[in-house]
Amino acid sequence: MLLIHCPYCDDTLPELEFAYAGEAHIARPEDPSKLSDEEWRDFLFIRTNVKGVHAERWRHINGCGRFFNALRDTVSDRFLTTYKAGEARPDTTDLEAAV
Amino acid sequence: MNAPATSFDAVTVTILPPVARFNLRIAPSDLAAASQAFGLSLPTKIGQGEQNADRGAYCIGPDEWLLHAAEADQQAIVAAFDEVRANTPHSLVVISDRELTIGITGPAAAELLSVACPLDLSRIPVGGAKRTVFDYAQVTLIRDGEDAFRLEVWRSYFPHVHGLLEVATRELALGL
Repeated sequence: MLLIHCPYCDDTLPELEFAYAGEAHIARPEDPSKLSDEEWRDFLFIRTNVKGVHAERWRHINGCGRFFNALRDTVSDRFLTTYKAGEARPDTTDLEAAV
Repeated sequence: MNAPATSFDAVTVTILPPVARFNLRIAPSDLAAASQAFGLSLPTKIGQGEQNADRGAYCIGPDEWLLHAAEADQQAIVAAFDEVRANTPHSLVVISDRELTIGITGPAAAELLSVACPLDLSRIPVGGAKRTVFDYAQVTLIRDGEDAFRLEVWRSYFPHVHGLLEVATRELALGL
């Protein structure tokens, strides 16, 4: 079982308490009606599907209930770090080098 | 009260009598107002609890608390928070009937809970509480002592959770 660190609880807890919630840092366009169909499609459906470090949202649904962001390596399934919603993606070059 | 109990030497599972329960959402900076209205200083860190006689308060989210009191005090507490609401916005929801409490006591209490609870129970401090899962049912786990726990379960999940505990108690009794 994966152990995930919740930045709000400040505790590392079993994966069963968490729910995955898709890719992180996807901002909804300010004025959707000005977008072309292709741009709107890209916002709704097109995701990066990275092989490597992926920024993704998780929710501590069976705990504090908060959404937060995590950086996870999609190859090794290792969580590099987690951070609160609204914070910028942290620089993890040193963490990646340590893998 | 003649609560139904399942037990053998090492662990006892009881259905505890009803209490008044509240779910409080309030900005952490306004916590003092809530503490005053409830008559107990509310804990500030997730997982911590505070108890005094029949009052209990457990922090289960960044701005969320579970409050316990005697059943007879329910109306008085709601009225006290109504007065606070004029100056301090918050939400206090009575959830007394939403949940049932199962008491689990005895030297094998943690072992029994570990049947379906993924948490590392040894890391929950005495007096603390955590919202977690018990075999996919959301529960609040309160630790009253080294080997005394309370499990708050939504009533619709209760037959499943209690059934599992009964089966597991029998397995433990048989040494399986």
